[in-house]
Amino acid sequence: MIRPAATYFERLMTFLVWSISLLLIATLIFIIFQMVGPGLSTIHWRYLFLEPENSGRAGGISSILVSTLLIVGVCLLFAVPIGVGTAIWLSEFSDPTRFFGKNIRRSLDVLSGIPSIVFGLFGNAFFCQYLGLGFSILSGGLTLACMVLPILIRSTEIGLSSIPTNYRLPGAALGMSKFSLLRNIILPLATPGIVVGLILGIGRAMAETAALIFTSGYVDRFPTSIMDSGRSLSIHIYDLTMNVPGGEPNAYQSVFVILVLLFFLNTLTMFLADQLVGRRVTAI
Amino acid sequence: MFDSNTLNPHRSDKFLLITLRGFSALAGITTVLILLFLIAESFPVFQKFGLLVFFIDSSWYPREQLFNLVPMMTASLLAATCAVLLAAPLGIFSGVFCNYYAPPKLAWIYRRLIELIAGVPSVVYGFWGLVVLVPLILNIRPPGASLLAGILVLALMIFPTMALASDSIFHSFPKEQLNGASALGFSRWRTIFSLILPSVKRNLLAALSLQIGRALGETMAVLMVCGNVVQLPKSFFDPVRTLTANMALEMSYATGSHRSALFVSGLILVLLIIFLVLSAEFLQRRIQND
Repeated sequence: MIRPAATYFERLMTFLVWSISLLLIATLIFIIFQMVGPGLSTIHWRYLFLEPENSGRAGGISSILVSTLLIVGVCLLFAVPIGVGTAIWLSEFSDPTRFFGKNIRRSLDVLSGIPSIVFGLFGNAFFCQYLGLGFSILSGGLTLACMVLPILIRSTEIGLSSIPTNYRLPGAALGMSKFSLLRNIILPLATPGIVVGLILGIGRAMAETAALIFTSGYVDRFPTSIMDSGRSLSIHIYDLTMNVPGGEPNAYQSVFVILVLLFFLNTLTMFLADQLVGRRVTAI
Repeated sequence: MFDSNTLNPHRSDKFLLITLRGFSALAGITTVLILLFLIAESFPVFQKFGLLVFFIDSSWYPREQLFNLVPMMTASLLAATCAVLLAAPLGIFSGVFCNYYAPPKLAWIYRRLIELIAGVPSVVYGFWGLVVLVPLILNIRPPGASLLAGILVLALMIFPTMALASDSIFHSFPKEQLNGASALGFSRWRTIFSLILPSVKRNLLAALSLQIGRALGETMAVLMVCGNVVQLPKSFFDPVRTLTANMALEMSYATGSHRSALFVSGLILVLLIIFLVLSAEFLQRRIQND
């Protein structure tokens, strides 16, 4: 398609493009190895099943994993119905030229750009104080739900838009109600997009730190209910490196756990997006 | 598609539409709610001290009611723009590499790796900065934790997303035009530089402005490597504190006007980001019109 390099300048540019790209990816992979290495060589499976002791310097991360799971669970419980509903409305029913449709889209664009620390401030003011939920897993999950909403909506929309119009016309011609058309034809076909959005959302929620410090709090005990404060894995890493002298070896182990979890989730997303949706879906 | 309600007057549809519309309204109103709460929480300090204090006070001593945000705004803007200026050309280069230089299989692997790396949480980048980068900079010039460390860590974080964005921009460039350029005897770099780059310029700028927003809002990594001293930096080796780091550090004990002032910095950040998002939208609309 494009002819091969000829002049010296061409060769120089080819060399530059290749070397810059490969050098960068090599650097990033090297950094990841630097992060994974120490944790990989010291971690024991017991680390996952012991409670943290001595502010996390000893013991494991069992209670922290449970809190993380609960926070992500609460987040999805609220974000999935709202996100999928909004995506269906936006792509199947809304008129992008009208006020309502246009501005909901614009507002979601802004929402996806809002920094996580601002979500933290908002969550603290709204969920913790205004609604009186306090520092709790519920507040943290709700704050994260606001944050992952745009991701869920976008990837569900991609799933919906990959369904050919031909699939919808016969149903409409048969006089099916929109409800049964949605339930029996459109939603089953859009499921892959929804699942991809779900996994992306889980990944984003698990990686989050700044939005959770002032909403779900720091407490590293086992949570007894979702009204308890709970520390997520990423907050645990932050705390071990910044506030706990001598916490570094255990921070490496937690970094190892979170990276393995996130790489697994992201690989799953890529696989599903490739195989089922046939389009690339990223969190950005 | 299903606009006309007259043809299928099912009752379940009415309920469905109301529910979906309700969900959409809820999703749309989240942004408004965030803005409202930021304004409401910043209001007390505006009422008491006015707007100007954030720019003309002698320093940031919230306990003594001094609220100068200028050093932190400067640090945020400096770190974000330098990081994006560093990462954006590299991201564009790797987008060019994926689309026009690498063999398809290598490009596939490259994309996959970048996607994986884009998912690394910011706290991990911060940790890396703290244990690897800061000691390195300390060897060159103390104290190590500095504006430079922040810029480098931010650039590393921005690079994968910028690479993905520019990759998809180049990917959607029409193939017929490439064949045309090839038929005219254009060399590879000439095609990229004189044909492709000028015509996707605005898309790249839109992606760039979204990345500046991301860099401005980044908190944990910057907080962990920048040293967090409130001052106007005189060199890249000086420690600084960004707006986001300030919020994360002081929210836990701030009360009254102090807390209110932290919400002001959040509000400033969000207004900046709304401006960036809207300018990206404007750029994209102009692309569609052309």
